[in-house]
Amino acid sequence: MAIKRHLPLMLFGCAAAVLPLGLKDPYYLGILVFIGIFSIATMGLNLLMGYAGQISLGHAAFYALGAYATGLLTAKYNVHFLPALIAAIIVTAAIAYVIGIACLRLKGHYLAVATLAVGEIVFICLNAAVGFTGGPSGLAGIPSIEIGGFSFDSDFKFYYLVWAVFILLFILTANIINSRSGRALRCLHSSEIAAAAMGINVTKLKVQVFVLSAVYAALAGVLYGHSVTFISPQSSDLMFSVKLLTMIVVGGMGNLWGGVLGAALLTLLPEMLSAFHDYELIIYGSILLVIVMFLPDGLMGGFEALGNKIIRKVRARGRG
Amino acid sequence: MKKIVFAASLCLLLCSSIVRAAEPYKVGAVFAVTGPAALLGEPERNTVMMLAEQINAAGGINGHPLEVIIEDTEGDEAKTVLKVKKLISSDKVAAIIGPTRSGTTMAAIPLVEKAQIPMISCAAAEDIVKPVKKWVFKTPQSDADAVRRIYEKMKEMKLTKAAVMSGTTGFGTAGRDQLKKLAPEYGITIVADETYGPKDTDMTAQLTKIKGTDAQAIINWEIVPAQTTVMKNKKQLGITIPLFQSHGFGNIKYAQDAGDAAESVLFPCGLLFAVDTLPDSNLQKPVLAAYRKAYEEKFKTDVSAFGGYAWDALSLVVEALRAVGPDSVKIRDYIEQKKNFVGVSGIFSYSAEDHCGLNKMSFAMLTIKDGKIVVAK
Repeated sequence: MAIKRHLPLMLFGCAAAVLPLGLKDPYYLGILVFIGIFSIATMGLNLLMGYAGQISLGHAAFYALGAYATGLLTAKYNVHFLPALIAAIIVTAAIAYVIGIACLRLKGHYLAVATLAVGEIVFICLNAAVGFTGGPSGLAGIPSIEIGGFSFDSDFKFYYLVWAVFILLFILTANIINSRSGRALRCLHSSEIAAAAMGINVTKLKVQVFVLSAVYAALAGVLYGHSVTFISPQSSDLMFSVKLLTMIVVGGMGNLWGGVLGAALLTLLPEMLSAFHDYELIIYGSILLVIVMFLPDGLMGGFEALGNKIIRKVRARGRG
Repeated sequence: MKKIVFAASLCLLLCSSIVRAAEPYKVGAVFAVTGPAALLGEPERNTVMMLAEQINAAGGINGHPLEVIIEDTEGDEAKTVLKVKKLISSDKVAAIIGPTRSGTTMAAIPLVEKAQIPMISCAAAEDIVKPVKKWVFKTPQSDADAVRRIYEKMKEMKLTKAAVMSGTTGFGTAGRDQLKKLAPEYGITIVADETYGPKDTDMTAQLTKIKGTDAQAIINWEIVPAQTTVMKNKKQLGITIPLFQSHGFGNIKYAQDAGDAAESVLFPCGLLFAVDTLPDSNLQKPVLAAYRKAYEEKFKTDVSAFGGYAWDALSLVVEALRAVGPDSVKIRDYIEQKKNFVGVSGIFSYSAEDHCGLNKMSFAMLTIKDGKIVVAK
């Protein structure tokens, strides 16, 4: 049973491990690195939105906070990467905790607006604190990630780092979802009142999952900052939050693979469509529109429905 | 019959191998063709496409066709990184022109430095070339030179007290810094320092405050349409002291939007808009006139300074290709020692210490008279 449950991830891990051996081109590796980074961010957001049913339009803020925290510490203050990383996680978690307590009392549209405001505040702060963050022109010269003397200074090495982090977080998230807390989250999604009646501390649970998903976003941001070696407030703007959200909706909300699929699709599609030049945006938009219209549960939802249909047909034929 | 076919195919084969012998010279271009900076990126792309067509129609570069691979960054940094990686590793370009924006340029710099590919940015920020990066050049003029031009004009007009207004964008912030930094050098005191958001639609509050000071001139620094609001509000409030705009005013659309409120606004800008009023002895005049005519005929729209940045960048690379061939190292060395290159934005002279290549002489002080851009007297 355990093997069956982990089989997709094991297959995925093997595929991820051998893929770059055939792909030495930094361009393709670069795309795969970005897919990995976005997958990590969407995994956290999926936990919050897909499982706990809480919307966030401000996740780009945590992504940027993570990137700026380690970026500033390593580039300006010569702190080693690991202590900087721990500091980044603590800072983001603390900020998310404070925001979570205030915002998560709200529901639906109000929660969306509150988180949107949080994103905007962080965006303005990063722009205004010119002396500290570099302001609108950004923070340049972020060094490569170095752990115990090993430097992840090439796309090839970075690829393995990103996907190793992804797989670790995936296992962690899958375990959370299949635990008591995971069931509580899904209960919360269906009905807050019912969840409270079952003895779940709703507020505490919501804040916990919010903080956790913010830390995921921060980790993704850290990886982004050190892979590009440059970060600007642009990465914390509303459009990026919306992009993360679109990835989940397109890939499949409430399914951990959905976030990966959405991240891959939204990163790959514009690259593949760039051959169409002026028509690129039209085709891209149409594809997203078709997915949202005909697959309301996203691509993963669509695949599952298709799979179930085939199984049912095969069974029916077997009986008939 | 068979022999004829054989001979014919042999001929074809020979011809095709001759054609193939002249391999195209590949240059990459990354512009924000869509997205929030499309007003900048689109004329840049148009200019590059037009210029490449002209060059190929005239027989290419030393017999080699020029192939410009244009990628759209959408003004997004993560996208830019991927596009630049693609140009370097998949397309194997000899040089890159662009990106459009300062942020995307900063994101691309580590990549070109590592891959050792020359990049000529079309973005203005000083950070791009200060400190000098070995492989990075830029074509737009510096903010500091625009500021110097304005302060010189103020001195000439015997004005010593300025009120500064700026937007909270990268362009506005950079200009504000330079204005404050250079003021003492010209004996100018800044008596008011007001900022506004790039999307604000009313600047009455800031201007009323300025009206209450003893400012003798207002200097406004922004690139987005908010700068037209400043002119309109100033007129509504009956403020009569001179208004200076930055080189971000370099699009006739901004003046048209403000109507007669734009009359007699002063701004430093490249000579592109004042080409009709230039004396024939001006070195840039033929280049400017040819570019403007070709662009306006082909695209049926007004030229802008942004397209000029791309013209300069591609022309520099083409000159380098003509002189040294598609060797990235030689192209870089060639551009770095290039002197007196007559471009649209000015006359470029690069050196190992200066990767911007322009000085304050590339700016002319322009003004609006009867809805047209003319050189200020």
